[in-house]
Amino acid sequence: MKIIKLVMLSVAILFVIFAQNNLDPYTVSILNNMAIFGILALSYNLINGVAGQFSLEPNGFVAIGAYVTALLILPASSKIDMFALEDPAPIILAMHTSFFPALLMSGIVAAVLAFILSIPVFRVRGDYLAIVTLGFGFIIRIFAMNQTKYTNGAMGLNDIPGNANLLWTGGIIIVTFIVMLNVIYSKYGRAMKAVRDDEDAATAMGINTFWIKTYAFMTSAFFEGVGGGLMASLLTTISPDQFTFLLTFQLLIIIVLGGLGSMSGTLIGAVLVMGGTEWLRFLDQNMDIFGYNTGAHPGLRMVVFSILLIIMMLFARKGIFGSSELTDIFKRGKQ
Amino acid sequence: MILELKNITMQFGGVTAIDNLNFGVKSGEIYGLIGPNGAGKTTLFNIVTGNYIQTKGTVIFNHEELSGVKPNEIVLKGIARTFQNIRLFKSMSVLENVLIGFHHQANYTYIESIFRLPRHFSNEKKIKKEAMVILEKFGIADLADTNSSSLSYGNQRKVEIARALATNPRLLLLDEPAAGMNPSETEDLSNIIKKIKTEFGLTILLIEHDMKFVNNMCDKVLVLDYGEQIFEGKPSDAIVDEKVVAAYLGDFEHA
Repeated sequence: MKIIKLVMLSVAILFVIFAQNNLDPYTVSILNNMAIFGILALSYNLINGVAGQFSLEPNGFVAIGAYVTALLILPASSKIDMFALEDPAPIILAMHTSFFPALLMSGIVAAVLAFILSIPVFRVRGDYLAIVTLGFGFIIRIFAMNQTKYTNGAMGLNDIPGNANLLWTGGIIIVTFIVMLNVIYSKYGRAMKAVRDDEDAATAMGINTFWIKTYAFMTSAFFEGVGGGLMASLLTTISPDQFTFLLTFQLLIIIVLGGLGSMSGTLIGAVLVMGGTEWLRFLDQNMDIFGYNTGAHPGLRMVVFSILLIIMMLFARKGIFGSSELTDIFKRGKQ
Repeated sequence: MILELKNITMQFGGVTAIDNLNFGVKSGEIYGLIGPNGAGKTTLFNIVTGNYIQTKGTVIFNHEELSGVKPNEIVLKGIARTFQNIRLFKSMSVLENVLIGFHHQANYTYIESIFRLPRHFSNEKKIKKEAMVILEKFGIADLADTNSSSLSYGNQRKVEIARALATNPRLLLLDEPAAGMNPSETEDLSNIIKKIKTEFGLTILLIEHDMKFVNNMCDKVLVLDYGEQIFEGKPSDAIVDEKVVAAYLGDFEHA
């Protein structure tokens, strides 16, 4: 068992190094995209799939992470040039670190906010929780729009140093994956699943459900913040419009497709969803079918993609992996 | 007295579910709580476990007042329960269900589990071993890796009791343990309950409708009707008591 895990880990690391050095920039950019959405979806799956708290806030935490990293790695001189609507606040000018501490800071800020948020949020369950967390996503975006002193408002931030590459995104998704599995296969992960299955019974077992949910929420927020930071450095430009509810929705598609509660499934979901939208690009262009030119239909790819999703959900209602992991499947083979 | 209830009254709006109830359970006793449907038995359980807060009165467990203690903290004080309709964690295996009960006995922090520090492994190993010991006592050790939702009804009951035992209780509350079981399953269960009672030094408070089971198991019963105590004493005396018979079958004189 241990050997299989080590082999998988080293294959993943070698692939990341190989891809960064040998593949063409287009493929690398797709892989980067997959990795970032993979990181976000993995962490979203912890709160949504494992702990069963249907929350809709990741776009908020990703936005926080992106802005924190961007503001920390931008030099003061380019901040002064960039802030057109209002002069930047002194604290914005003063903060500056290198890339890695900036990413860590993104995660920590998101996690601390998650802790503060969990106090009101986990007083409600189910549908109400979804609505409350949805509101949080809106608040963050509106804050980014209007606090021009801190965020440069709707103009966003650009010329962010592009420190991130596939080694960063690939490395961090591997770390995220391992951390998530470590959480799931511990007493805390078990308690999260217990809360998902039956919250009252979990309480009757002596579990403090508020803290368990908060642990899941903070861990999830930390990696969403880090993912946001990576995204900012990779795209080198961010604006509040990137962090709408649509971002959350994309993550939701990934985790539902991969299997709620399954981290291996989430990885495959991220590859399929982020790759699918790229691989189907040929549908938008001119096509020759049996010598007949159909003409170009921009947007056809999204139609086909949606139909594929519907078909998949009809035949695999619990997602590709259900709630089991790749290692569980190996175990089942052994029995 | 390990558990004492003094002047307990519970009202839901205008409805009085429990009316000025007084009783005590001695350490090591199997105490039965019987009465017709809607008599307030499960309400009483929910008061003891902290799910409801009584309108009036005090609950004393082990010389300590339980008012205002949250349900999850009451478990740590040594009261565990099962539910009337079995509530297992359906996506988990039998072993994992029992391990949930060991949550507080596994002594490692969240950070330690993220970085897989040694304490994580040693504690997990310890609680897994203890969980298997409990499952063996119930005769379901071979089902440890089975998903809990695919078990038979009788075995699901056993898992639920095993899970409650894992929290290391001194008082075990069983809500209709024999409901929906056939006679042989009931007998099997009563033997197991008697066995674990002596082995773990438990006190048991149980709700049950099966009078044969109650007669066989309980040292003492309390009969409730419309939230009022109508009888307390030996189970064999309960079935011949006029008031109890009237509560179950109706009052002959006024019929």
